[in-house]
Amino acid sequence: MAQASQPVARRWTQRSLAPWLFLAPGLFMFTVYVIWPIIQSVTLSFFDWNGLYNKDGQFTGTFVGMGNYAELMRDPAFETSLWNNLKWLVLYMLALPIGLFIAIFLNQTVTGIRVYKSLFFFPFVISQVVVGLIFAWFYAPNFGLFYLLTESVFGKGTAILADPDLVTYGIIVAGLWPQIAYVMILYLTGLNNVAPDQIEAARLDGAKGWRMLWYVILPQLRPATFIAVIVTVIGALRSFDLVSIMTNGGPFGSSRVLSYYMFEMALGEYGFRMGYGAAIAVVLFAIMMIFISGFIWKMWRDEKER
Amino acid sequence: MFPRPIQKSSTTAQWLYAVALPVALILWLFPLLGVALTSLRPASDLAQGNYFGMPSGIAWENYIFIFTQTPIGQYMVNSLWVTIPTVVGAVGLSLMTGFALAVYGFRANILVFFMFVAGNFVPFQILMVPVRDMTLQLGMYDTWYGLALFHIAFQTGFCTLFMRNFIKALPFELIEAARVEGVAEWRIFWFIVLPLMRPAIAALSVLVFTFIWNDFFWATVLTQGVDSQPITAGLSSLNGQWIAQWHLVSAGSILAALPPVVMFFLMQKHFIAGLTLGAVK
Repeated sequence: MAQASQPVARRWTQRSLAPWLFLAPGLFMFTVYVIWPIIQSVTLSFFDWNGLYNKDGQFTGTFVGMGNYAELMRDPAFETSLWNNLKWLVLYMLALPIGLFIAIFLNQTVTGIRVYKSLFFFPFVISQVVVGLIFAWFYAPNFGLFYLLTESVFGKGTAILADPDLVTYGIIVAGLWPQIAYVMILYLTGLNNVAPDQIEAARLDGAKGWRMLWYVILPQLRPATFIAVIVTVIGALRSFDLVSIMTNGGPFGSSRVLSYYMFEMALGEYGFRMGYGAAIAVVLFAIMMIFISGFIWKMWRDEKER
Repeated sequence: MFPRPIQKSSTTAQWLYAVALPVALILWLFPLLGVALTSLRPASDLAQGNYFGMPSGIAWENYIFIFTQTPIGQYMVNSLWVTIPTVVGAVGLSLMTGFALAVYGFRANILVFFMFVAGNFVPFQILMVPVRDMTLQLGMYDTWYGLALFHIAFQTGFCTLFMRNFIKALPFELIEAARVEGVAEWRIFWFIVLPLMRPAIAALSVLVFTFIWNDFFWATVLTQGVDSQPITAGLSSLNGQWIAQWHLVSAGSILAALPPVVMFFLMQKHFIAGLTLGAVK
């Protein structure tokens, strides 16, 4: 540092430089590994590229304009994936009411309740790979519990992961298991912070049960609900692990989702169609952007209120 | 409190609740319990179709088998090699970015902050091809550091959101007072803010540990062989070899699930504080 002949000016420059020095390493890493790849992927989606370079190290792709996107429009596998993503998105929302229900069920102060709460949270802590394997075992034909259950009810067992019409629902149920646990913990934390005086006041007015929940509790749980919606939407659109572990997109590609189909196109057995894969990723990104923008907009509003 | 404390209800209701709790828990964890039991069931039981009856014995040999006959131990070590540097790196970087964004009111502040937040939510597939290509070009494909570097960068987004909000909630007068005393900015960071960050560091460490340990997608995209594949990807490829040998699949699953579960039990309070994003206080 220079001599402090002009302390005021010196500190001012230090203070305007400091944030950028603190930001530099993190910002650099984030730009290189997140921001720049997004731009590159969008660019790549206008090319046809097999992922290779020629021996001079030059890019070998050819520009195809909107070609990849035009092909997507005619691709039945893309359509299946898109529909399945929609099913994921809609059915994943069940995590909210179920999570809230379990949270209300567990929001008591009996002995050992803390242990119960953490055990209920278990499914979220373990890897989705393990969740997928657990449910594959649960659904397994001939001896799986689910198969035996359907066999005893309907007389004929259902091998859900081998049925093109049911397979996606089977995987979504597996995904809901940890997602419900996450939502539950959000609501448990929220319920802890509900203002007790308002509940008492409402009770004096004769509110109870559903009316109490709807008019008094739920409005106060809004921050928790907001986060729950965001993480559930992101979770639904990110579904890759379960599809990959449980079915590899099958049978006959009927359980594909965009994230998995993209991987299949770019790195799977269908050859290295990087450009086509990138186009699928851009579509998924665009869908996700709708929700991300909503989140950012809400954050921005909250920031301004402070 | 909502719902009404059960202690204020009739004795019957209290009894019902006391019974309903364990029943609900067993139903909820049923698939997991089934797998845990299967992992200790002798292979001969499964061969005879005895999937759910009394096991003929407790088969610790399933665990011994996967440790001695498969590289599962190596996979677990590989996971640690990716996970621990990522925790250190992401928490370290985000302490600085969080500090910068919480304390200084420069013009691009909110823009940079939102960039971190938005980036944290993007689908992995939009990053996949360029990140894999870059990792290959840098000669880091199929190495623990290639995978860890990506994770550090990506997790910095989420960690920055958390750290920034945490520092914002600290009393700003502390920093003001130090500035009046003429304390240099980096000393403010190091001696005043950092010691107050312990709860945030603990929360993010357990969370990032769990996220990275459980990551499957990037493990598949950036690693390949036994020497560098983490447990999730390793378990998936072992699953391909052990067709229908459910006692082995189960034992492997339980092993892979264990470290995050232990972590969660040890650091429960911090874990939940991290997950709720600090938004529900």
